[in-house]
Amino acid sequence: MHHASRKWHGNTDWCRRMKPPSIVIVGAGPAGIRAAETIIQAGYRPTVVDEGDQCGGQIYRQPPSGIRRSPKALYGFEAQKASNLHESFASILDAIDYRPASTVWDASENKLCVLSESGTKDVHWDRLILATGAMDRVIPFKGWTQPGVFTLGGSQVALKGQACAIGECPVFVGTGPLLYLVAYQYLLAGVRPKAVLDTSPPKAQRRAIVGLMRGGRTFLKGLLYIAQLKRAGVRIASGIRPLAANIGEDGSVSNFSWLDHSGEMRSAICDSIAVGFGLRSETQLADLCGVPFAYDKGQRQWLPAQDSAGRAEDIEGIYFAGDGAGVKGADAAELLGRRAAHALLLDLGHAESGRLLANINRRIQRMSTFRHALDRVAFPFPHRLAAAIDDATILCRCEGVAAGELRRIGKELGATEVNRAKAFCRVGMGRCQGRVCGEIAAEVLAECLDVSIEKVGRIRGQAPVKPISMRAFAEASKS
Amino acid sequence: MTVADVAIVGGGIAGCSAALHLRQRGASVVLLERKSCGSEASGVNYGGVRQQGRHPAELPLARRSRALWSKLESLVGTDCEFSVSGHLKLARSDSEYEELNTYAAHAETHGLSLKLIPAEQIRRTYPWLSNDVVGGSLCAEDGHANPRLVAPAVMCAARHCGADVCERVTVTRVEHRNGTFVTTLSDGQHVQSRGLINAAGAWAFHISAAFGEPVPEDVMAPNMCVTEPIPHFIWPNLGVCGGDIYIRQIERGNVIFGGGEGIADRDAIRSYPQSAVTATAIRAAVSLVPDLANTQVIRTWSGIEGVMPDGLPVVGRSRTTPGLVHTFGFSGHGFQLGLGVGAVASELVLDGGTDTEIDELSIGRFDQLDVAASGNA
Ligand SMILES: Cc1cc2nc3c(=O)[nH]c(=O)nc-3n(C[C@H](O)[C@H](O)[C@H](O)COP(=O)(O)OP(=O)(O)OC[C@H]3O[C@@H](n4cnc5c(N)ncnc54)[C@H](O)[C@@H]3O)c2cc1C
Ligand SMILES: Cc1cc2nc3c(=O)[nH]c(=O)nc-3n(C[C@H](O)[C@H](O)[C@H](O)COP(=O)(O)OP(=O)(O)OC[C@H]3O[C@@H](n4cnc5c(N)ncnc54)[C@H](O)[C@@H]3O)c2cc1C
Repeated sequence: MHHASRKWHGNTDWCRRMKPPSIVIVGAGPAGIRAAETIIQAGYRPTVVDEGDQCGGQIYRQPPSGIRRSPKALYGFEAQKASNLHESFASILDAIDYRPASTVWDASENKLCVLSESGTKDVHWDRLILATGAMDRVIPFKGWTQPGVFTLGGSQVALKGQACAIGECPVFVGTGPLLYLVAYQYLLAGVRPKAVLDTSPPKAQRRAIVGLMRGGRTFLKGLLYIAQLKRAGVRIASGIRPLAANIGEDGSVSNFSWLDHSGEMRSAICDSIAVGFGLRSETQLADLCGVPFAYDKGQRQWLPAQDSAGRAEDIEGIYFAGDGAGVKGADAAELLGRRAAHALLLDLGHAESGRLLANINRRIQRMSTFRHALDRVAFPFPHRLAAAIDDATILCRCEGVAAGELRRIGKELGATEVNRAKAFCRVGMGRCQGRVCGEIAAEVLAECLDVSIEKVGRIRGQAPVKPISMRAFAEASKS
Repeated sequence: MTVADVAIVGGGIAGCSAALHLRQRGASVVLLERKSCGSEASGVNYGGVRQQGRHPAELPLARRSRALWSKLESLVGTDCEFSVSGHLKLARSDSEYEELNTYAAHAETHGLSLKLIPAEQIRRTYPWLSNDVVGGSLCAEDGHANPRLVAPAVMCAARHCGADVCERVTVTRVEHRNGTFVTTLSDGQHVQSRGLINAAGAWAFHISAAFGEPVPEDVMAPNMCVTEPIPHFIWPNLGVCGGDIYIRQIERGNVIFGGGEGIADRDAIRSYPQSAVTATAIRAAVSLVPDLANTQVIRTWSGIEGVMPDGLPVVGRSRTTPGLVHTFGFSGHGFQLGLGVGAVASELVLDGGTDTEIDELSIGRFDQLDVAASGNA
């Protein structure tokens, strides 16, 4: 049951019953790991559920056993942080109930439904930390669903997780710091990108410079990536507008075309394209738990409402950590993990956590100026580009819905809200459940109806969070 | 103040169809809907357009409705993915097969012809069914449709014919004074009408009670699942004796199935599927159609449906208030009925009667009940 209006009282009376509260953390990325560590220090044994086979989350993802690459080769500048985190996790393994390769597919009042190879199990929680991380954001353009086009994160996962590249001469398109980072990682791995094409105008990046300086080392690293890429002869352009991924005779991508910042058409021969327009938080579990959402104008995404310590609004016992409730980056994720854990401990009566909380919040505050300059000023999400995708371009790839169809549904059938539009034309109704196209659909609908983005709403979260195999259920009942 | 011949509370399939039929008879109509037309049960149901298995008391209404489904495209300009796929009801024991036999004989007296299919023929025709199946009964003229499209399409047709459709307004009060209904809306407006149709779905008991006809209308929330698209192989709409699982596959390839119940919170106007029920339904689906093990469920949902204690809807004239017609409490099977219900409601309100046999569906059957003890109080 998800009574958003009713406060759920976790077992705050556990002291009386002398049964420790069941504390569950979803996600074993930087946020989840630091949260677990903090909880253990206070004497509890948390359960950590993570979809991955190994800990690390997105940024510090580990290759499958069998593939050996040094941390330096895998994580570059972040090698030390990655090793620290992996080691921390290894050292707490005995002190947690770790459930790798397990997907939380539904959540409700004090219960998570967890699917693994052995079937689905309910995991009860009294306190829940959601550290579910983020995923790539993509703005569709002509040909984006063709073979050879990957998400930026996906192309990095290929490199980190499987030690393979998406192609021999990839083009990187989109915006955000990850664009340059991944291109640079490809270069390090011996694959020279054909071009790095940024939709953010160069002006914006210059304007952001003051805020960016606050990032110190991180900012310098960014400059270094760009310098290295340039030195290697990689074409770099900003203020571009993607036109199309064109398909060659072999049925795969052969060429990418775009408009440069003066409106001139350009193209480059390539065998693969990595596309990323920043990240969006993975928020479905919060939604299924009944946490209220609010629209975040900066990130242009609906995010679960939380207080200044990461406590979910309205629903007692739920805490947020890391990129899952607003993208702030990996360093912040570690702090946010600790913050959520301290908020939780404070609520369980550990007074000393209060002081630590304030301390952590000050450090997070310091980071946010840099993050703000990075995300909102230098590389803002190009929502106008999203709203303007042309009628013929497929917007929802799962269901094959073109932007023009959505606009028609909005205007002719009066579908002024995204869930209504979904009901009529299936946008966001497929395998990804609108995680990829939902926000883009909202931008398109809002623009064509000339209403505010908040007004068109968001696609409601529905279980399962990710597709679930029917076999896993059937087999489990046999055993 | 808006004045019309008839006001309709509720823009589900019943209310929308009533609006269309009233306009076809030339009556002026105001249709009042709290959200958008078809956003409750009518828009989120399983999509079964099934006569087979219905209680004899509602078969005449189902027959009438079925005739309208054939005319849907000419009525509203689109077929709403209505497909006459047949409905195959399956027996998993000899006694169930016997049940199907008995029912078929009865259905025949209502002009509904069912074909019994013994085990060996089931294996040949539907080789993808589990060996647990010992026989079936096929209603060739049954099928399925896309529920998300039907009520909105009927509403658009009604509006096109001149119905005044008001969405995002809640009826907060209904009264009958000197032979006229005065309906008060959440925005402070009033509608005055000679006739009133109570088509408010799971919330209709509020309105019947306001006219001195309290009823034990409860709620249910069928638990629904849909898979990713897979090659089309399940052509009939499938049901089983006992009703624990029902399955259909749409042309796009997605398999939709249901079984068991989620949770309906009628006051908060929200419903949720339940994970444990979903898990049971998945197992039941795989045990009936084993190949489904190779696919994935991508979404689950539920909806809020009014249920009467005897599982039959209330369709008929009010016993207290002339000009008032009730159509609600479809107990999980009003999607198929909806088009016919609207036609019947239009006759009841304009002519005071109908040729369709609905006597057993009258609200009068709850006269003796202690409503407070048995239902929604
Ligand atoms: C593909 C990708 C690549 C990135 N690469 C970089 C990079 O190179 N450098 C950089 O600075 N930032 C990168 N980022 C951003 C980076 O992810 C974050 O800043 C950082 O990892 C956030 O840490 P986190 O702990 O909040 O989340 P994550 O590290 O994303 O960890 C979240 C964990 O939760 C698990 N999870 C989520 N939902 C469920 C569920 N329903 N059931 C079970 N488990 C679940 C995930 O599998 C994951 O392991 C990347 C992001 C993405 C999406
Ligand atoms: C999950 C599910 C699966 C189902 N499967 C099937 C199936 O396969 N086959 C089948 O035949 N039937 C099925 N049913 C049943 C069927 O959907 C319903 O019987 C039918 O849709 C009822 O239609 P209706 O118009 O009476 O009610 P609804 O569609 O519920 O419409 C009532 C409307 O009244 C409005 N309303 C209520 N109070 C007010 C007020 N005060 N002011 C303004 N508006 C108000 C509501 O907003 C609502 O839109 C299913 C139902 C559910 C929930």
